[in-house]
Amino acid sequence: MRIDCKHVWQHISAYIDGEVDAALRAEIDQHLETCEICSAVLDSTRNVVVLVADNRVFELPAGFGRRLHDRLEKELETAGP
Amino acid sequence: MRNAPNPEIEAEWIRRILAGERHLFHQLIRPCERAIYFLLYSLLRNEAEAEDVAQETAIKVYRHLHLFRGDSQFRTWVLSIARNEGLGRLRKKVNLREDSLDALTDAEAGDFTPAILTSWREIPAEALEQRELGELLRQAIDGLPEIYRNVVLLRDIEEMGVRETAAALGIAEGAVKVRLHRARALLQRALAARLKKFAPRGRKLFGCAR
Repeated sequence: MRIDCKHVWQHISAYIDGEVDAALRAEIDQHLETCEICSAVLDSTRNVVVLVADNRVFELPAGFGRRLHDRLEKELETAGP
Repeated sequence: MRNAPNPEIEAEWIRRILAGERHLFHQLIRPCERAIYFLLYSLLRNEAEAEDVAQETAIKVYRHLHLFRGDSQFRTWVLSIARNEGLGRLRKKVNLREDSLDALTDAEAGDFTPAILTSWREIPAEALEQRELGELLRQAIDGLPEIYRNVVLLRDIEEMGVRETAAALGIAEGAVKVRLHRARALLQRALAARLKKFAPRGRKLFGCAR
């Protein structure tokens, strides 16, 4: 049975994470071969996932680590855990 | 996984810290810092407050270290403390009733249909050298409802596993998967059209003088 586009979209996230079973993966792969729209949806979703994971998108504020450890150091000097 | 913690080394450090080698706490907490901050940022949406509560979380973790039982990962335990601290701050700030914070549930109706494209050109990571692209991505994530935003931050940005994310947020693994799927669909829809301009178009984009 051929699956439709909506069915593919429902599983896109699990597909990207490699969490769909072999049978479903094969069906999706087959659909993607002929469906330009789903291929573009998959590629764009995967691209967004890759981009947001880049360290440059979410950076800690400058000096965050230093301020945190300075405050911790004061705590460590005064009290045991 | 980013900064993947090693449970055996952590257990050893915790034992030594509790035995008096307090300075080791700096090393113990370091791999958790990013996740603590971004989880809090996701909740509070304010850099200064997220940083302040992150510091309070680290101190609380230190003071309660003897209570860590090792039946979850250390980072998971730390993140659940961070989340509690963050929720406490949020309640104080907006004087919200406890139950209204998680008002949005998984049953909430929403349109998670992706943006329909007929072609897509991949945006290379190098395009992030342009500040505008990073800003666009941050805005899109900031614009997600909180229950989706924190899952994206832990799963896709901190690259934590499904189980650890579920434990840190106190939700079922199935909910993590559903929320992540919806969050990615919302992001794809919010971003697809706007990201096109960052696709490489030969010399025009990358060959021009900066």
